[in-house]
Amino acid sequence: MKCDVCEKEATVFLTQIINGQMTTVNLCEDCSKAKGVTEETGFGLAEAFLSPSQRAEAETMEVVCDACGFTASQLKKIGRMGCPECYTAFREGLDGLLRNMHKGTRHVGKRPNRKGIVTPQMLPRQRSSIVAESPPPAPLPPSPPVDVSKLRAELDLAVSEERYEDAAKLKAEIESLQPKASSK
Amino acid sequence: MMRFATLIKNPADWMKGAGPHSEVVMTSRVRLARNLRGFPFPGFSQERQRIELLERARSVVEGLPEMQDGYSEDYSDLSKIRKQVLVERHLVSREHAARSSGCAVVVDRKQSISIMINEEDHFRIQGIRPGLNLASAYELVDRVDTELEGLLPYAFDTKLGYLTACPTNLGTGMRASVMLHLPALVLTDQINPVIKAVGKIGLAVRGLYGEGTEALGNLFRISNQHTLGEAEPEIIAQIEKVIEGVVRSEVTARAKLKEDHQTMLRDQVGRAFAILRYAHILTSKEALNLLSMLRLGADLDLVGNCDRSLIDMLLLEIQPAHLQLSAARELSPEERDSMRAEITRARLQSIDGPGSFPPSQSTPGGPSSTPNDE
Repeated sequence: MKCDVCEKEATVFLTQIINGQMTTVNLCEDCSKAKGVTEETGFGLAEAFLSPSQRAEAETMEVVCDACGFTASQLKKIGRMGCPECYTAFREGLDGLLRNMHKGTRHVGKRPNRKGIVTPQMLPRQRSSIVAESPPPAPLPPSPPVDVSKLRAELDLAVSEERYEDAAKLKAEIESLQPKASSK
Repeated sequence: MMRFATLIKNPADWMKGAGPHSEVVMTSRVRLARNLRGFPFPGFSQERQRIELLERARSVVEGLPEMQDGYSEDYSDLSKIRKQVLVERHLVSREHAARSSGCAVVVDRKQSISIMINEEDHFRIQGIRPGLNLASAYELVDRVDTELEGLLPYAFDTKLGYLTACPTNLGTGMRASVMLHLPALVLTDQINPVIKAVGKIGLAVRGLYGEGTEALGNLFRISNQHTLGEAEPEIIAQIEKVIEGVVRSEVTARAKLKEDHQTMLRDQVGRAFAILRYAHILTSKEALNLLSMLRLGADLDLVGNCDRSLIDMLLLEIQPAHLQLSAARELSPEERDSMRAEITRARLQSIDGPGSFPPSQSTPGGPSSTPNDE
């Protein structure tokens, strides 16, 4: 197979999902080095091969979890998922990440027994909708506007207690609420 | 349900230092991270959503057979000092205590099981046992977890296991950890190779209060890092095996200290006792480090009339929030240091220091290889 850039024999083959489409690139050794492909961190086909306008499009089209609205860039930033469904939304590349973190990529331990017996006396008096037999609750609708000043107070507290991770989350939450608040 | 005051008045059995290898292993803890389907993780949810989950889940957790007559508290109703007391007792994490509305903790009557609601995950189920006994701590949380899964729809994936906010907890969602007291390995400069060896086999070594905390008082926490790809019993058996090795090294180092450096050892324990017994200002750091020496002295029968559990209880009592709780007000750091010294002096009154023992057959000048602590 020939290199996509210079016609030499390709030795590096890359596959990546951009804008929901699988893109494959074949490169020779020299071109792969020139494009920085062999560097372990930070390589993205988008950065190496897309035009600036395509790149901007790729960013606005970034993968978002349908269930909770969590974005791929938030995941990259905080290293945590937004909700259980995020593991489906962001499954691309997850195996590689897990391989570095764990002994394997497949769970071999305990499994919940879905037919678990629910004894009536163990249930709360008011049978809530999240007991096992009921279907899983639908993803929650977007919340009504939250009091931004309250969030600001929480942010101040987080900063004073040096909980910077919490502070970052609060700041993001406040920023996400700002445009809505001003449009009203 | 139990009141906060009752919870604090009655120390748990694991605080009294009696379990397998408890001269070296203070506690064994296992925690499981669990989440519910259909709710965002607490770190990415709105306050309203956290409150909704809490309202639905709290009564289910309180209703578990293990939690009968237990302690349950909404964080909105809990003062900063009280939350900190729970952290000092290892019943809740520092991260959880930093949160407020939409969060709660439920603790069983024996204080062996605690369930944090809306920590980094919706549930953190924790079991604590004294000494080296991870298998029995796991039994505790496994039972509670099995009951809970029959009542609440867990987020579980057949390939990835229990889904957690952080991918580092994915799979079993289990973190098993032991708290070790390793003064002899520190005194004989063998601690770093031990920490390195433990790290190489995929276990993490941390200080007293978990991630990023200092190893004060020669206390170390060792826990598993991998949660995916291995079953719970395997993970636990592996850690227990490693810890047994660390315990053997510590016990050998203690015997060697007593054998070859008797004078240095008596000197260290004696100085620790003297300061603790007569000081009027004690910082937290100084007290922890000196109490570590005294605990070593008690374990090696160098001090008389000193029960290990007396020291372990004192280690709790002199923590900042415990002091402020017993003073029933906020204290400045200076006030805390003087109150810490006052309580320590009182508790150590009945102990016979190493000086009151007949002097040993030590060679004049002491052993030449005695490490210089200056």
